[in-house]
Amino acid sequence: MVKQWFKSGSPWIWMTGGAVSISLISVIGLLAMIAWKGLSFFWPSQVVEMHLDGSVAKQTVIGEIYDREMVPKSRLEAAGFDLSGYNSEQIERLLVKTGNREYVELDFRWVLSTDIKSQSTPAELAVFERSKNGNFYGYVARVLEDGKVVTDQPIERLHELVERAVDLNDEALDLQNSEIGHINYELERLRLKEKSYQLDNDLTEEKLAELNARRAELREDYKVFEKRLFELRKQAKRDQVVVRDMRGEEVTLPLYQVLDVWFPNDMGFFAKVGHYLVQISKFVSDDPREANTEGGVFPAIFGTVFMVMLMAVIVTPFGVIAAIYLHEYAAKNAVTKMIRIAVINLAGVPSIVYGVFGLGFFVYMLGGSIDELFYPEAAPSPVFGTPGVIWSALTLAILTLPVVIVSTEEGLSRIPSSVRHGSLALGATQAETLWRIIVPMASPAIMTGLILAVARAAGEVAPLMLVGVVKMAPTLPLDGNFPYIHLDRKFMHLGFHIYDVGFQSPNVEAARPLVYATAFLLVTVIIALNITAIGIRNHLREKFRSLEH
Amino acid sequence: MTSNPQKPSFKTDRSRLFKDRFAQFGITSGGVMVLVALLLIFFYLLYVVQPIFESAKVEKRMDIQLTQDKKYLGVGVEEQTEIAYLLGSRGSVDYYQIKGESAGKLLDTLDVELDGNVTAFAESAPFLGQYAFGLDNGQVQLVKPMFTVSFPGNQRVLTPRLSYPLNAKQLIVDEQGQAIRKFAFSHFEDKTAVVAQTADKRVIFASFVAEENMFTGEVEWAVERTELDIDGRVDELLISPDTSRTFVRSANQVYVFDSRYASEVELFQLLAANEENANLVDMNLLAGANSLMLANDNGEVSQWFEVNTDDGRQFAKIRSFETPKSKQVKLFSEYYRRTFFTTNENGQLGLYYTTSEAHLWQGKITDKAVQKFAVAPRANAALLLADDTLTVVELHNEHPEVTWSALWQEVWYEGYPEPAYTWQSTSASDDFESKFSLVPISFGTIKAALYAMLFAVPIALASAIYTAYFMSSELRRVVKPTVEIMEALPTVILGFLAGLWLAPLIETHLPAVVALLVLLPIAMIATAFGWTKLPAKVRHVVPEGWHSILLIPVVLIVGWISFAMSAGIESWLFGGNVRQYLTNELGLTFDQRNSLVVGIAMGFAVIPTIFSIAEDAVFSVPKHLSNGSLALGATQWQTLVRVVLLTASPGIFSAIMMGLGRAVGETMIVLMATGNTPIMDWSIFQGMRTLAANIAVEMPESEVGSSHYRILFLAAFVLFIFTFVFNTVAEFVRQQLREKYSSM
Repeated sequence: MVKQWFKSGSPWIWMTGGAVSISLISVIGLLAMIAWKGLSFFWPSQVVEMHLDGSVAKQTVIGEIYDREMVPKSRLEAAGFDLSGYNSEQIERLLVKTGNREYVELDFRWVLSTDIKSQSTPAELAVFERSKNGNFYGYVARVLEDGKVVTDQPIERLHELVERAVDLNDEALDLQNSEIGHINYELERLRLKEKSYQLDNDLTEEKLAELNARRAELREDYKVFEKRLFELRKQAKRDQVVVRDMRGEEVTLPLYQVLDVWFPNDMGFFAKVGHYLVQISKFVSDDPREANTEGGVFPAIFGTVFMVMLMAVIVTPFGVIAAIYLHEYAAKNAVTKMIRIAVINLAGVPSIVYGVFGLGFFVYMLGGSIDELFYPEAAPSPVFGTPGVIWSALTLAILTLPVVIVSTEEGLSRIPSSVRHGSLALGATQAETLWRIIVPMASPAIMTGLILAVARAAGEVAPLMLVGVVKMAPTLPLDGNFPYIHLDRKFMHLGFHIYDVGFQSPNVEAARPLVYATAFLLVTVIIALNITAIGIRNHLREKFRSLEH
Repeated sequence: MTSNPQKPSFKTDRSRLFKDRFAQFGITSGGVMVLVALLLIFFYLLYVVQPIFESAKVEKRMDIQLTQDKKYLGVGVEEQTEIAYLLGSRGSVDYYQIKGESAGKLLDTLDVELDGNVTAFAESAPFLGQYAFGLDNGQVQLVKPMFTVSFPGNQRVLTPRLSYPLNAKQLIVDEQGQAIRKFAFSHFEDKTAVVAQTADKRVIFASFVAEENMFTGEVEWAVERTELDIDGRVDELLISPDTSRTFVRSANQVYVFDSRYASEVELFQLLAANEENANLVDMNLLAGANSLMLANDNGEVSQWFEVNTDDGRQFAKIRSFETPKSKQVKLFSEYYRRTFFTTNENGQLGLYYTTSEAHLWQGKITDKAVQKFAVAPRANAALLLADDTLTVVELHNEHPEVTWSALWQEVWYEGYPEPAYTWQSTSASDDFESKFSLVPISFGTIKAALYAMLFAVPIALASAIYTAYFMSSELRRVVKPTVEIMEALPTVILGFLAGLWLAPLIETHLPAVVALLVLLPIAMIATAFGWTKLPAKVRHVVPEGWHSILLIPVVLIVGWISFAMSAGIESWLFGGNVRQYLTNELGLTFDQRNSLVVGIAMGFAVIPTIFSIAEDAVFSVPKHLSNGSLALGATQWQTLVRVVLLTASPGIFSAIMMGLGRAVGETMIVLMATGNTPIMDWSIFQGMRTLAANIAVEMPESEVGSSHYRILFLAAFVLFIFTFVFNTVAEFVRQQLREKYSSM
């Protein structure tokens, strides 16, 4: 019976079915995991106060429970823990984020569940998000406003004061980045101007005087702004909060370092949702802090979008023209067929190869020549002869060119020849047929190609590591200084951000949730783009199927 | 509206025709340009790579006729190769212009301060640029020809001068004041030593340490002298720049002394170093001073360096070079690279690179015997002195260390116990020899791709077959895009998950992974069998072609069980720690980021590629073929194996090729999920370094135009060609298949 059953081959059918199950589980599981880990990071989790005793000295630990795992007892005993009082084979271990980085050795620690003597979640426990040294957990002892203790509703006042400090800090940062940044930028331009006059042997007395006058003017402005900046900073430093931490000691936190304060154990569901949304919006709109391990990813989002848009602008016309040439104008012979296969195969060439090409050809050869011709005054520091956003866009344009060509050609070949013949028969020239009939009909296909190209470019990291991406860009490629778009600047990228924070940062444990969040953001964007592209393509197929009959 | 109804004209408007022509021209030229730009990638890579395979070139720049009455002991050239200097036997230095309009002109003659008559002359290692005169009073004077750079009127002018590395102090080598016949010296950092043979045939090793006199502030030399015991005549003397080794050649024997400690200079090894039926005629040290080069009078040159043997470190003959037959071969080394030059009495010059065993260039430069030779600091020019003619030659020898055999074969590097495949591209020190073997990283690439394919091919193909052949069509419409969407997932995310989530997970749950491999198929078959035992009523509720949905909970439960009992298995079978068990019992090294992790993560990236193409191939097998087979009584499975798969096999082949192409070139996953160590080991628990990851790691730091830079381009070119060929084959097979189907 069993032998018969095996002979029928039906178990093997089940096995192949099982392979599909495995693929599906891994695909969906993977996406779900990224989504869960990325999104749960922002949820205000409970802060637990634990009293420990046993294998560690008697102490109190306050923090968020980050992770839990079962560990074989034998392994723990081998590591020197005394667990003679416990019978179970496995013992639970908790990973607790204790924060307070400057006062304890590690802001993450493993706690054996057997050591926890008692555990509670007091409503008064506060979480301080700080601009330096990560979170701080503890009880608010008192609030100091301008050195005086606030007695009347101190917690409400604390929120107000934090908000005030944050506003002042924002204002100071704004001043520093826009006004003072502008002055520095202008000064640098004046220096280059002087040098270029020198190189042309054209530095006359008047010109020098003019430059110096402008410099003096800028320095005057600078003094004014600097004074204002110091004033703002001084004001921001006015208030403090005294917090009792898990060691039982009182620590004074200056409020200018505090970005936010909340009491997660005291929050209702809706308060938590509100906090959650605020945190997500901060993640999307803030600059990174602490070597990218905290704060937001705004520059990375901006860099990715800017580079991809630049790439789209470059790749679309070229890709479409090449596709139209291949499909409409090129002779239908073996050579064209070979070219077509070659173009398709270029899409399969490893992206790092394009990166190498971009570095050698664009950055060193093209960029180097541009520097020699147009920016001799900046030497020896390169302007375009160094990795930058324009070279990244160009490299990715070449990388995605096959995608656009293949997709556009597919769209062109789906247009029934009867349409073409009809137009030609009515007296239109080939160019008119193309422009008025074919291209509009193929535009969804072009769109599909473009979307696929954008999706591929947004996720590509390896070539960018060679041609322009950096872990921390001080300025965006777009700002208020003339000429506003700075194509020579380096930029940040979501994909590279993941690589950098996940693998190069000193505190991987602290950065991991942030990496998941970034990964989720990137995956969402790319999958959404792909689904859109697939949707357009399917819609298009249906449309032309009806045209054919 | 604009046309005139009364006069129908069949002539096309000229501007329309012009526009049409213009569009045709514009699109054609634009299209061709784009396609050419794509071709450019290929040619640009080739253009950058090509110089490393170019052979060296030697071109004569000029001959200078020297004044007849002088005898020259040594020559040298300055870094820009503008000025050459010749050291004369009376202690004078002549400077000649050798570049520009006034080339050939004697610029200046400077005299070295000497307290006696010159009886001997010696040169330091090339990179130190020092020369020394041995005098008849047993003293030695060091001198270094140098140049002062000034810019009068924005023009760079070099003014020759002499510098005395020891502040014009002469070294008293022989206290008895005997004339020095032969000697060698080194003065590098704080080490100064001279080995000399005096007129009365004693060989003295003298080490000098500068000491400041506390009272007068004057520098005095603390000298330590040792007499070396040599049987027979002394032909040549050498000291390594760090003074740790002293070589004395006596006919066909080379005495190697350990001279690290001046107070106890002892014989380290005695080499009988001549080739069969030949006698030694010259010896020299290569750059870096680890290798001793010995020339024989039959033209053979051999390289010796220290290797670890059972008796400790010993000099051993590593390789030898055939140079043109001649009696008086002389050897010269370069500043930093392991190139050496030979000259002989026939006026011939030879260029060789030791490590890559490359014969770079051989040829005749002059008709006379070459007496003196010097290489420029940047190794882009050389001087040959023959009789009274000074010949300047230009050298084009950018990448001597790279040859096809050095890239792909085992190479015996200095200090290594045996020939090996090594990739070690950079180090801090100047005279470090880069080791460019592409074998370990190519091996890593293949290893990574292979493990990935091992994981991906069964799952992807089985899924493709089921989806295309057995699955119900409404389910297929959901499943196919779901799996395919994975192809769009950025690999940086897969790499990050592999490195930070999967690697630690596998490390702690290794038994679970093995258990999954065993349990999953068993569970599937058990489920299938159980299903046949269910009452028909239940079975008919689930439509045909939904097996995989039924199996999802089974897979999940088996996965959960495997992981839950992982710790149990671990303490039951492996004493609670698999890693320790692997290391101690099986002798396997376990890296956290290993091939297993890469295999799974990269396999995951490859699955959609293979799945998508294979599924298309199986699905588009004409239905009448399978229907015919079924009608003849074959079972579903028989039809699949004997008819469908056979027909679709070219498509499946092309799917696997495409997958392989992707696995070979994948960068981020390997970069993040392995330790990136270039080792050669098939072990699944160890990592690797691949071509692509290697480029990503090293490219940003490599100097433009260097050998390293070009070799990385070569790696990219290899990847390009490899994937391009694989994809072309796959694409070609696919197109053939499509034509075949359409004719069926």
